[in-house]
Amino acid sequence: MKSRLTFLLGCLVLASMQLALAQAGALRVPKTVEAGDALSIQSAGSGKAVLYVVGPGQVLRRNVQLGETTFFAPGVLHNAGHYLVVLVGASSTEDGAFDVTAARPAALSFLAKPSRLPVDLHDGISGVVYVFDAFQNLVLAPSEVSFQLSAIAGAVQTRTALTHNGVAWTKMNSAAKEGAAQFVARVGDAAGTRVIQQVPGNPCHLKMSARPSGQRLAVETEPVRDCSGNALPDGTIVTFRETYDGGESTVDVPLKRGIARTDMPAYGGARISVATGVFIGNEIRWGKER
Amino acid sequence: MKRSLLIGCSLFAAILALGSDQPAVRVAPTDSLGPRPLEKQTETAVIRDYLQAWRSLSGAFEQNRADLLDPDFIGTAKEKLADTIREQAKLGIHTRYRDSAHNIQVVFYSPEGLSIQLVDTVEYDVQILDGKTVQTTQHVRARYVAVLTPTEVRWKVRLFQAKPE
Repeated sequence: MKSRLTFLLGCLVLASMQLALAQAGALRVPKTVEAGDALSIQSAGSGKAVLYVVGPGQVLRRNVQLGETTFFAPGVLHNAGHYLVVLVGASSTEDGAFDVTAARPAALSFLAKPSRLPVDLHDGISGVVYVFDAFQNLVLAPSEVSFQLSAIAGAVQTRTALTHNGVAWTKMNSAAKEGAAQFVARVGDAAGTRVIQQVPGNPCHLKMSARPSGQRLAVETEPVRDCSGNALPDGTIVTFRETYDGGESTVDVPLKRGIARTDMPAYGGARISVATGVFIGNEIRWGKER
Repeated sequence: MKRSLLIGCSLFAAILALGSDQPAVRVAPTDSLGPRPLEKQTETAVIRDYLQAWRSLSGAFEQNRADLLDPDFIGTAKEKLADTIREQAKLGIHTRYRDSAHNIQVVFYSPEGLSIQLVDTVEYDVQILDGKTVQTTQHVRARYVAVLTPTEVRWKVRLFQAKPE
């Protein structure tokens, strides 16, 4: 009974000694610090020691006096990440850890794709934003990003998205009218602008007419347009094809000022067709019916 | 007979030792990636290159050689890690990072396929050496957010940052 009591008392004394040592060697480290903020680390005890703050983002070393507070001035610790704190004294080593979190959003990386696309395309434009603070740390706390796509003529499209792990994205429709559009992403005071070129889509209207021109036939299209009424760009190839008595003539003509025109042989009963890309226009039978 | 048994045992032990150097890797299923589906082949390539990046980081920090980061890091991640290595060299410090376990989840694949983001709960040991003296060895469990972008032949880490748990 007596020996049990002695053992219990011994344990209590040892435990209290451990507690005292732990308190004597305590290293007070904040749990989190915002990037660029000042940092102070409090140590206990006496004597000289070396303090290490180590992470893949930064490494710091200071000779310190135990029992004093070590200050790191604002701006010294500026890379977000997980840091180990190690205090190496003459007879003991203390350690701790803390996280540096990103400061408020100050910059963004904005990727808009594609830079050129046909008009009237649903969800055709994508925008991705990565949000950074002033120290190029990814801001992992949710931030609201506003996206705005404004064409020269046409309604403004606006979307908002919350970042998740520092990234937000959206999709927009291209406008019905061709022309450049400004795509702006904004987070707080930081903004990025990209220019999206909206070009006419596939042809939707292709109609030609024919008239005699001396011994030949002059064929000419009406202005070639897409489904939204935008004129197809000059240089787009239009193919005229004439078939007659087992023979065939084909002429490729680039659009000039939205119109394609050429001369073809005038055979009675010939069939003349017109096409651009995969879109086929009207057909004319010369001589018998027009 | 005894000799061949001894060689066989040594070989087995060597294989085990080599095997134990490799971190345990678990890839969590991708829930919602956002706008673009992720092909299995792409996921495999991204994970492979990300794990390789950890090996590069480990070598670069141990030897204080920022050039070892070149094959696997790019942009901000490379600049920041290289700055730390330069700082280590200036202070006469080396750090040994030994990753032992990764629990990876791909969380975002951008619509145009130019960036992929993953979150990794990683366990690693860090050994801090001042000169040739080992000051401490710490076991760390941390969450890292990494953004990788495709280059000519591989995915490279462009952003690499620990996230508070």
